[in-house]
Amino acid sequence: METVSSSAPAPERQSMAVDIACVGFGPAMAGFLAVLARRLSAPEKPIDSAAAPGMPLQVVCYERADDIGFGVSGVVTRARGIRAVFTDLDPAQIPMATPVTEEKTVYLLDPVGASRRSAALRAGEAAMRAFRFALRFEHDAVELPYTPDFLHKSDGLILSIGQFMQWAGSQVLGTGAVQLWPSTPVAEALLEEGKVAGVRLLDQGVDRQGKPEGAYLPGMDVRAALTVVGDGPVGAVGRQLDATLGMPGHNARREWAVGMKFVVDLPEDTPLRPGTVLHTLGFPEPEIFGFLYVHPDRVASVGIFVPSWFESPARTTYRYLQHYLQHPYLWRFLKDAKLRSWGAKSILESGRRGEPFLAGHGYARIGESSGSTNILTNSGVDEAFTTGALLAEGVIALLEAGKPFTKENLDEAYVARRRASWVEAEGRVAEKARDGFQKGVVTGLVGMALAGMTRGKLAVGEEPGHPADQLESLETYYAGKIPAAEIARIRRDCQARGVPLHDALMDRAGWPAVPYDGKLLVTHQDALLMGGKVQAPAGYADHVVFVKPAVCEDCGQRVCVEICSAEAIRPGDRGVPTFDREKCVHCGACLWSCTQKIDEKGTTNLSFRAGTGGLHSAEN
Amino acid sequence: MSGLQIVVLGSIVPDPLQTLEPVATPQGPGLKNELMLPAVLDPWAAQALYESAALAAKVPGSKVTLVSLAPKAKLQQVMMAVSQKVPFELVALDGPAGGFVDAHETAAKLAAAVKALPGLDRARLLVCGGWESGSRGSGTTLQMVGELLEIRDQFQGVDQIAVKPDGSFDVLERVEGGKHQVSICKGPPAVLGWATGNLPEPKNNPQVGMANMRVVMPSLQKAAAAPVGLGGVEFVSVAVPKVQRQTRIVKDAPVDQIAREIVEWIGQD
Repeated sequence: METVSSSAPAPERQSMAVDIACVGFGPAMAGFLAVLARRLSAPEKPIDSAAAPGMPLQVVCYERADDIGFGVSGVVTRARGIRAVFTDLDPAQIPMATPVTEEKTVYLLDPVGASRRSAALRAGEAAMRAFRFALRFEHDAVELPYTPDFLHKSDGLILSIGQFMQWAGSQVLGTGAVQLWPSTPVAEALLEEGKVAGVRLLDQGVDRQGKPEGAYLPGMDVRAALTVVGDGPVGAVGRQLDATLGMPGHNARREWAVGMKFVVDLPEDTPLRPGTVLHTLGFPEPEIFGFLYVHPDRVASVGIFVPSWFESPARTTYRYLQHYLQHPYLWRFLKDAKLRSWGAKSILESGRRGEPFLAGHGYARIGESSGSTNILTNSGVDEAFTTGALLAEGVIALLEAGKPFTKENLDEAYVARRRASWVEAEGRVAEKARDGFQKGVVTGLVGMALAGMTRGKLAVGEEPGHPADQLESLETYYAGKIPAAEIARIRRDCQARGVPLHDALMDRAGWPAVPYDGKLLVTHQDALLMGGKVQAPAGYADHVVFVKPAVCEDCGQRVCVEICSAEAIRPGDRGVPTFDREKCVHCGACLWSCTQKIDEKGTTNLSFRAGTGGLHSAEN
Repeated sequence: MSGLQIVVLGSIVPDPLQTLEPVATPQGPGLKNELMLPAVLDPWAAQALYESAALAAKVPGSKVTLVSLAPKAKLQQVMMAVSQKVPFELVALDGPAGGFVDAHETAAKLAAAVKALPGLDRARLLVCGGWESGSRGSGTTLQMVGELLEIRDQFQGVDQIAVKPDGSFDVLERVEGGKHQVSICKGPPAVLGWATGNLPEPKNNPQVGMANMRVVMPSLQKAAAAPVGLGGVEFVSVAVPKVQRQTRIVKDAPVDQIAREIVEWIGQD
């Protein structure tokens, strides 16, 4: 994180003291607060506040989004940790939740002929077509006869994270023991001599550059004995701690993906039953995996993941998602469907290798940004929730013993619990599972199978490097499909028109035009308006900043523009992209897609800071 | 005067950004997936709350109480966003907030809750709310509450109030032609149905939030059930207004051009 120096006097900030300050209300924080609040609301064993003597323990949680249910992830989860906390969990009480009833893994062939496939894949697909009579081959797809156990979620639940978070939030709030504050981004942790002393909230009443305007309200300092950081993979506070305090060993955040999804109303005569789970691979590009989950009442979540190891610099998630929806295997279910909601988020796919220091003086890390996601089983929500619950158990133990939140005490009370948990054990198995994808899709799939079936003892490939180093040039990626001279012409033309490159490149590569129908196949901007209901309140600074404009001018790729999930980052004058804060959904894909490193630590030229607004849909 | 007792009546409505689709339910007309839709404090009532808080800040000894009839779980969630804005106390009534409930039944519950406020002093009482509603409500509830409380001075479409040292106040009410009617009222009790007012939405202030929640959470936890129904009304059909959207992105368009195109677009109907 860079600091901004100024000769202006420091603003007079309000300050208040609480006992525990929490950053971000996602699944991990739901786990933490659910367990903690249950204990705090036990009248026979009150825990008093040190920050406000005479009061019960003061626990506050600050969330950036405008509501506690605006998270994104149509998720299928085994829900082991969630069920362990909510022992009487009834999916019928959570809108859009249902038990998994059927699970299939499907290989999607390319019916368009426009995707970039290796010789091995092309040969494989030719064999599938030749031996279709012996396979479950239909609608240009093959349903795999066998899926390894480690990939199964057959005893799990399909959830909408937005609805789950609303439900979990009501469980937490109903105790009256903790406070959740949406629309309140945390700008940074208060770091004092290596200790975290609380958090500073974001300044209000400023212009896009952060300069005070008429109704300036400096962000308040909230001082706390314990700061719980669960602000997700692109959260400003977690990344601030990583940058300032460092990472253990060689750990780093090297592998990412952006997930984008539609929530749709299926047609009345849909044959898909609630609880159906489809995992797909192979299309629209071999590197892009997809899913379709069927919720109750003819609602489905359908989407794709675009990983950081996908070499294309023109990796547009939205355009690829539209082609994915139209694959014949899926289109037979979706052709009369209607868009209800849309959203996108980044997923930190480094797993345990992305684990930061889990605890220090005055702070603890939970959830996805603490390296909890299992990259073998493709599971993150339950793992994140469980890390929160484990921290709560540790915090309760310390509170009951009257011990302070020192690094040593938190290591003993929380980190030790985590090391002994199933999250840790399964995370270790998964640690190297995806290394093969650095050498190609087929190698990656083989590597995952090996890691899964040998409990992590065998793996292929190597640890990925910095995400900025994983991209090819456009000329290399489209070699054999689009001549370099034509790419140069497309570059000039798109720059002159102020539009990204991806549509022109994909059109030229053979992808057909998307037949917009105004119901499901809609323009990217319509997806924001109809699906995501995206907006941002006035009076806050831009949270995406191009640190050194000259670096952007010389950047030949501008992947930030191509991958932007919301067309918030667009081509600008002299090559420096523009940012429209009111369109941003805070997916953070631009953060890990920037290819321009500006220091030895690998910091890139795109600074993704704390900000407000985003999605206004609770169905994602 | 020893301060005003300002009671704001306001409930929740679906977040205005959501797509609404009417459906028939066993309890009468409703919205598809209503429980799943995020909610906000009715924007008209929210303005009344913010204006009331500003008024209370100008008149020493004043207090603002929000009386809200809404599903408790949803109201609880909405309070987390509203409580950071301005200081108030909450009286929560746990009942349906849909706009198809009978306004008279709702008004009766609200009036009873106002009458039951501890230390109620009619000589200091201002009952505020939205002139209109962002829900499917007919916008008549506030007047009915005033009648049930036997408050005869009622003002609708209020954009401004200025209280004088003797307790009397000037009220600006919207009238035809974009003008205001200025009324001088001797003093409370009065009903004020707020229009858009003049104040911006307050900034989030965590300290205000912390102070509010010490009384808001207990109120939510002891919210009394307030069942209200359709009042015997049978809805034959329900439809949302026809929505037309034509998206076009034009950078740096002159204001005159935007205005001209809007006028042309309106003229197409």
